[in-house]
Amino acid sequence: MLRFLLRRLGLIVPTFVGVTLLSFLLIHLVPGDPIEVRVGEHGIAPARLAALRHTFGLDQPLWKQFLDYEAGVVTGGLGVSVVTRQPVWDEFATLFPATLELSLSAITLALLVGLPLGIVAAVKRGSVFDTGLMGVSVTGASMPIFWWGLMMILVFSVTLGWTPVSGRIGDMYDVPPWTGFMLIDSWFSDDEGAFSSAVSHLILPAIVLGTQPLAVVARMTRSAMLEVLGEDYIRTARAKGLSGGRVVVVHGLRNALIPVVTVVGLQVGALLGGAILTETIFSWPGVGHWLVESIQRRDYPVLQGGTLLVASLVILVNLAVDMLYGVLNPRICR
Amino acid sequence: MPLLEVRNLCIAFATARGCFRAVDGVDITLEAGEVLCIVGESGSGKSVSMLAAMGLIGWPGRVSAEAMRFAGTDLLSLSSRQRRQLVGKDMAMVFQEPMSSLNPCYPVGWQIAEALRTHHAVPRARVRDRVVELLEQVGIPAPATRLGAFPHQLSGGMNQRVMIAMAISCSPALLIADEPTTALDVTIQKQILDLLVALQRQRGMGLVLITHDMGVVAETAHRVQVMYAGQMVEEQPTAALFAAPRHPYTAALLDALPERAIGRARLPTIPGVVPGIDDRPQGCLFNPRCRYADDRCRTEPPALAGAPGWRARCHYPLAVGP
Repeated sequence: MLRFLLRRLGLIVPTFVGVTLLSFLLIHLVPGDPIEVRVGEHGIAPARLAALRHTFGLDQPLWKQFLDYEAGVVTGGLGVSVVTRQPVWDEFATLFPATLELSLSAITLALLVGLPLGIVAAVKRGSVFDTGLMGVSVTGASMPIFWWGLMMILVFSVTLGWTPVSGRIGDMYDVPPWTGFMLIDSWFSDDEGAFSSAVSHLILPAIVLGTQPLAVVARMTRSAMLEVLGEDYIRTARAKGLSGGRVVVVHGLRNALIPVVTVVGLQVGALLGGAILTETIFSWPGVGHWLVESIQRRDYPVLQGGTLLVASLVILVNLAVDMLYGVLNPRICR
Repeated sequence: MPLLEVRNLCIAFATARGCFRAVDGVDITLEAGEVLCIVGESGSGKSVSMLAAMGLIGWPGRVSAEAMRFAGTDLLSLSSRQRRQLVGKDMAMVFQEPMSSLNPCYPVGWQIAEALRTHHAVPRARVRDRVVELLEQVGIPAPATRLGAFPHQLSGGMNQRVMIAMAISCSPALLIADEPTTALDVTIQKQILDLLVALQRQRGMGLVLITHDMGVVAETAHRVQVMYAGQMVEEQPTAALFAAPRHPYTAALLDALPERAIGRARLPTIPGVVPGIDDRPQGCLFNPRCRYADDRCRTEPPALAGAPGWRARCHYPLAVGP
């Protein structure tokens, strides 16, 4: 297990170099720099422009800028936002819990609903339930998030008035950010109703963000279960006289989880990306929202640092999935 | 009272091209402590018949029988819950592929213990000791150290021993072994067979051994049933079958044994192939490959008939003697 872990950790270094290089090049390919964007159409004295550029090191050759940035990353500094003059890390740390809360809620929803649906569909293969679910799940998996989000808002917020349209909690509540997770903070806050307000704010974005993973999990669980249920060891389990439920869950699901976990891991990465759209639709104050704005402002340090941090998270999640994989599947690395 | 009695067993599978009868009119009788061998080519319905006896035929298969009794209990009238209480406890089965028949995610000790726990065969505290005992009985060296081993860490022979330990864990009266040695090396095959026969003698179990190896039949069986294309074509005590087969198919099978062809230039074979789903012939199913077939064989399906001591599904059973 240790060697496996070390090998995986060794792979992280080239991945980081790749991510930093790519995010650096891509944002520098976009015309304009942070100063020009801020100045806009009003213009500025060339001498002042040069001075400002010098302050942020933008007058250096591109390779020098990249090396400076890399040096900063290696020594632990992600730089300071050109726009807000706040350290990138501080901004990220404030906003990230909101994104994490949303993503975790979405993936929890996807697993809680998708796994049982997939199992039932596999056990009752060919039934009306199975065919219907697979049809619906294709729709779910291919639904554009922005459209789906707006439709949900239209139905549940505007027409039915059940949930608020945006934000994380009602304006009247002042919840101290102990953990950054609104559900937890509001639960422990003294305000009556703060928790239910947080839930009602979270539920719609979580459903919208969780729809695609839910569909993918349900389909993956179904196909993995179908394959596993045809295996010889399932027959052995039934020959022991085990109940149908025990055969399916203990002997079937345990094996079917191996591919499902892989897919869920990939979905978590996609969720952090998908959260950008969902956060924008629901004005959810998270990392996705922040990154989109940094592109518009050509805020190089924020964009580069934010991309790097999100990429690190995806790498961490994949690492966790690989380790979970080893736990679930005894044939690997024991 | 026979231990297992199945009369007129039919198993049909709904396929895209309609209903396919995998097994048609098979009778199986087994006395307590008896060893019955069921022989036949691949696809002749021998495994499916025994899976049906175990209640392991699921959708899209349909099982029907005139009678299906185990130690006097009518299996057909049992609810699936009641059936499950018998299966794995009083009647158990060992399968063909030991490597894939064990769950790759659980240690072998756990998988054997699961059978014990399911049927409350021993008190909870005794389960571990019992598993070690069982592993020892099936000839696994250092059994206590193997409890935590996963199937992929053991050889095929070892896994088959684990399967056997699991099957005999609740001391069944009937053990069904479905080609238990097919996937194993020749040297291991002999060991596993010897183990099965030894366990059968020690415990006085009824043993149904499904095989296509006539050598195995000669060494182990008290009685033999021969199956062809989903039908039972012949049934005789072992010695009598080898001395005087009544059905031309059995005779042809025995002729094809290399041991019996010594001195001949070529090994005799049976021309043609087993009929598939779509090309079941009229009349006797074996008639296109039978050298004795006449017009009656090609039109009229023969019934199972015979005298005390033997039965064959043939219009013209072979006479005793050369």
